[in-house]
Amino acid sequence: MAIVSMTVNGKPVTADIDPRTLLVQFLREHLRLTGTHVGCDTSQCGACVVHMNGAAVKACTVLALQADGGDVVTIEGLANGAELHPMQAAFREHHGLQCGYCTPGMIMTAVDMANRLGPDLSEETIRSELEGNICRCTGYHNIVRAVESGARAMAGQPMREAAE
Amino acid sequence: MYAFDYHKPTSLRQAASMLAKAEDAKILAGGHTLLPTMKQRLAAPSSLIDLGALAELQGIERKGRSVVVGAMTTHAAVASSDVVREAIPGLAEMAEMIGDPAVRTRGTIGGSVANNDPAADYPAACLALAATITTNKRKIEADDFFRGMFDTALEEGEIITKVSFPVPAKAAYAKFRNPASRYALAGVFVAKRGSEIRVAVTGAGADGVFRWTAAEEALKTRFSAKSLAGMAADASMMNSDIHADAEYRAHLVGVMARRAVEAATTR
Ligand SMILES: Cc1cc2nc3c(=O)[nH]c(=O)nc-3n(C[C@H](O)[C@H](O)[C@H](O)COP(=O)(O)OP(=O)(O)OC[C@H]3O[C@@H](n4cnc5c(N)ncnc54)[C@H](O)[C@@H]3O)c2cc1C
Ligand code: FES
Ligand code: FES
Repeated sequence: MAIVSMTVNGKPVTADIDPRTLLVQFLREHLRLTGTHVGCDTSQCGACVVHMNGAAVKACTVLALQADGGDVVTIEGLANGAELHPMQAAFREHHGLQCGYCTPGMIMTAVDMANRLGPDLSEETIRSELEGNICRCTGYHNIVRAVESGARAMAGQPMREAAE
Repeated sequence: MYAFDYHKPTSLRQAASMLAKAEDAKILAGGHTLLPTMKQRLAAPSSLIDLGALAELQGIERKGRSVVVGAMTTHAAVASSDVVREAIPGLAEMAEMIGDPAVRTRGTIGGSVANNDPAADYPAACLALAATITTNKRKIEADDFFRGMFDTALEEGEIITKVSFPVPAKAAYAKFRNPASRYALAGVFVAKRGSEIRVAVTGAGADGVFRWTAAEEALKTRFSAKSLAGMAADASMMNSDIHADAEYRAHLVGVMARRAVEAATTR
């Protein structure tokens, strides 16, 4: 066993874990933060994306011990109380989800994308940045719209309404 | 995944001594090759020595006529580095083509070079740019380092500390991705430095990364995509699998080489 400490969604956590524990297992099974999903467990699908020290990572391919001393943000850490994060609101407005399984990872990737690349994201950029996030339901069209609009909203620009 | 002990040394010396002491220990860098392999139980090291806390293995700097990249530098850091973008834009573009953003956040140059996956991108860049791989014991030229798929000149317990790339006059990388894995079905890195021209191919060869000498010869007459018109690699030397057969890979190598030269000459 080994002691791990990190900050998760702003709160310090410490636990005694098996070194094999993946970050995603630590979040889901030890901290009961089950918003982060496991779709493939083979680093392909992006359902497990969280932010570690400010950048998007696939939590199924990081040991919890590698995050020791770090700062982790999960989908649960985005909203401000009852108020959704602008990217979450954009996914709702643009219906950027169907079953919702891929959504936490999509949103964490999208927020990271906007943080790195700014509010004006072209469709081409969004699609190439979403390379590591797989959705079995939507066909991506509405996800791309949501990311585009969410990135603008994060910069304080008004959210575009979805076409009905 | 089988159980292992985990260690996070704080100096290179400590890492080397841990590696030497523990039986069947493995280095952990970004973990984006090693952890998936351990999950599949294809690797079962008794201990992992995590290099994540070694600041001395981080960072990118211009040193005279070379760009020096620390072994623990991530693909994302190379892709967005001003130093790399200015001196060897083709190298930054190559790093940007690896996997996806989350993979680039964690994967490192040292891990990629040590692993020498036959479809990985860095081996082609190192070979074409005539890089020098420095370890805690010695310096190894790229030509001597890569020894066929998943095989390198690294000895037991040897740790890559940095990779130095001499700055070329012109260089570029073109990659045809496997649409599912995003690794190269065929990737070609071309570089021209003085009168030396090097063309390195990844993803396609039956035994990992290699230099395509016929293309290098052809480019000596004139460094132009036209010099490679109609050329394809030797299909008998290519890998063949469910993703692409040898003939197709041989053809792709020609196409990617022309695209890379085109990109290198039109910057
Ligand atoms: C979904 C996905 C897509 C990918 N797509 C691509 C792609 O398109 N192109 C590509 O090139 N790669 C790709 N990769 C691989 C990725 O770039 C890996 O990160 C990289 O190959 C290994 O680097 P790492 O830091 O993760 O190493 P690790 O997995 O930590 O280590 C790999 C091996 O190298 C050894 N090692 C690590 N560092 C050192 C060192 N400093 N000295 C000596 N030995 C060392 C380890 O012991 C281990 O055996 C992909 C990976 C994933 C998961
Ligand atoms: S669960 Fe991590 S990438 Fe699919
Ligand atoms: S909404 Fe179902 S997987 Fe994306």
